[in-house]
Amino acid sequence: MSQDTLFDKVWDLHKVSSLPGGSDQIFIGLHLIHEVTSPQAFGALKDKKLKVKFPDRTVATVDHIVPTDNQSRPFKDNLAEQMIETLEKNCLEHKIRFFNIGSGNQGIVHVVAPELGLTQPGMTIACGDSHTSTHGAFGSIAFGIGTSQVRDVLATQTLAMNKLKVRQIWCDNKLSKGVYAKDLVLHIINKLGVKAGVGFAYEFAGPAIHELSMEERMTICNMSIEGGARCGYINPDEKTFSYIKNKLYAPKNKHWNRALRWWESLKSDENSIYDDVIKIDASKVEPTVTWGITPGQSISINQQIPFLDDLSPNDKLVAEEAYEYMSFKPGQLIKDTPIDVCFIGSCTNGRISDLRVAAKVLKGKKVSKNVKAFAVPGSEKVATEAKQEGLDQIFKDSGFQWREPGCSMCLAMNSDKLIGNQVSASSSNRNFKGRQGSPSGRTLLMSPAMVAAAAINGKVSDVREFIN
Amino acid sequence: MKSEFIPPIGKISNINGQCISLIGNDIDTDRIIPARFLKCVNFDSLGESVFEDDRKTLKGRHPFDLEENKNSSILIVNSNFGCGSSREHAPQALIRWGIKAIIGESFADIFYSNCIAIGIPCFTLPKKSIEEIQNYCDEQFLFLEIDLKKSFAKSKDFNLNLEIKESSRKMFLSGEWDATSTLLDNENLIENKFNRLPYIKFNSHYS
Repeated sequence: MSQDTLFDKVWDLHKVSSLPGGSDQIFIGLHLIHEVTSPQAFGALKDKKLKVKFPDRTVATVDHIVPTDNQSRPFKDNLAEQMIETLEKNCLEHKIRFFNIGSGNQGIVHVVAPELGLTQPGMTIACGDSHTSTHGAFGSIAFGIGTSQVRDVLATQTLAMNKLKVRQIWCDNKLSKGVYAKDLVLHIINKLGVKAGVGFAYEFAGPAIHELSMEERMTICNMSIEGGARCGYINPDEKTFSYIKNKLYAPKNKHWNRALRWWESLKSDENSIYDDVIKIDASKVEPTVTWGITPGQSISINQQIPFLDDLSPNDKLVAEEAYEYMSFKPGQLIKDTPIDVCFIGSCTNGRISDLRVAAKVLKGKKVSKNVKAFAVPGSEKVATEAKQEGLDQIFKDSGFQWREPGCSMCLAMNSDKLIGNQVSASSSNRNFKGRQGSPSGRTLLMSPAMVAAAAINGKVSDVREFIN
Repeated sequence: MKSEFIPPIGKISNINGQCISLIGNDIDTDRIIPARFLKCVNFDSLGESVFEDDRKTLKGRHPFDLEENKNSSILIVNSNFGCGSSREHAPQALIRWGIKAIIGESFADIFYSNCIAIGIPCFTLPKKSIEEIQNYCDEQFLFLEIDLKKSFAKSKDFNLNLEIKESSRKMFLSGEWDATSTLLDNENLIENKFNRLPYIKFNSHYS
């Protein structure tokens, strides 16, 4: 059993009681909600005649269903309009802070909370969204929950949970040029498998992680769940603290120093005990692309799609399903696969640094005429910053469409969808069957820089050829 | 299709029913219920859309479309079932279709929690046992009687020692799987915890 890790410290601090069944009752320091997984929870509160216990500890925004082309109200899609209206009504009724479209602070919930300084080390954070693991980049313990658990957090600010085991993923050396956090996390998921993290929290550590910016760290923790780990985190350091400093909801004045001292004390102790430790050599990671229907089915840009015999018995069933669905043959190179749609955005890679990296690749170049390409900033703040830096113009000049913030084609709950069996190069997090809105649509996950390179060439390309 | 949905309530100790086998590893919640069906403010109509895209692709040959499975209530799955999105809509769609319990090689964490929270016990068995059951289901009807007290399931041809997290098993037997009221019992402890957390103090401007 793990001991003295950040996870242990934060868990123990938030433990309210041991429940009769043997699980723990855990206090949730920050609860984030959005329009898709909250309406039924508010409905259940009403049925049970319960109130929101600590309205100040819940923050709402709208992201999944918002259109990215025209955000004027009412939305063209009646169901989407009904969902945003329900959230507006629930927030008003229960006095919950809501960052609505046009507030300047709306966006994808996992982009918004960190950029407002709501996400801080040592907190427990829950949200009805599996990518809540993103916030672990700050040394918080953050995890996705379902709607019944959203109801429980609203009503009690606590959850019934079993403590997770802790696996440290130690990343040695550093990433080489043209290789990004997205490549590293895809590589880790490939090495460990998509279900290795079940029952675990992942602690990402080591020189390669230390080297990453806060936004890159968010990309890593964001995809913990794709490796099966509900929660992923990184011990806070100077980069964490300076990212938070002066943000809207960051501790101010004399509180800042108190916060800093406490945050420092949270790090995993040098001799802390882990349930498991895995080592990864980050310098060996190359630009990585998924070829299949799970985020674990990835290869380096110059590799072939694996043969069945190269795979472990457990991976064969899904591999066969993937060959058929993706229309790929074993042994085929992933490089030069023709691309129909390019998508840059999402809670994984829709932040300002992602847009900067992609813009650098795109500057002075044109998107292939066979490709539909669009960029969706992760939040209104990201969009504003991008415009101030002229990034939107670089995207537009290259032939990318520049859209309004939201989750967009990561999960295609708005009108941004693949059509038929189109192939997308996507900076998002999931390549599941049908994920991007068409039941036969095909998704290749990669870094935003690689998406930009694919957009220019109209096919899967090695971004290192663009950045010399 | 099915009679009106009545949600489970209170203690759950026995589940008897016909098995339906669904073969595949890493079946994600996007496949169980595609995102377009999440545009709703209640769960009522999800049952008919469960596995919608997979079913359309298989044109009537999907297990959830086969006439002989229409009264099934115990779902048999392989490994990492329910991975991906945290959408509770996935187990809500399954329970509304008629699924009352799931037996599999392994489950994704969030999906598992969601199942417990809405009253669907999830049991695990070794890969070999699951495959035996699935092969059996290919040939003939399998009716299982599950006893949560003993973590045991039997039929005329099977005796199965099921595994389930002890905390989940106890919650079903005591009826506390619907956690809200149990959590609220500790209202004073919650207040105390809130008042003692360091960051509540240095984030006083948070509110």
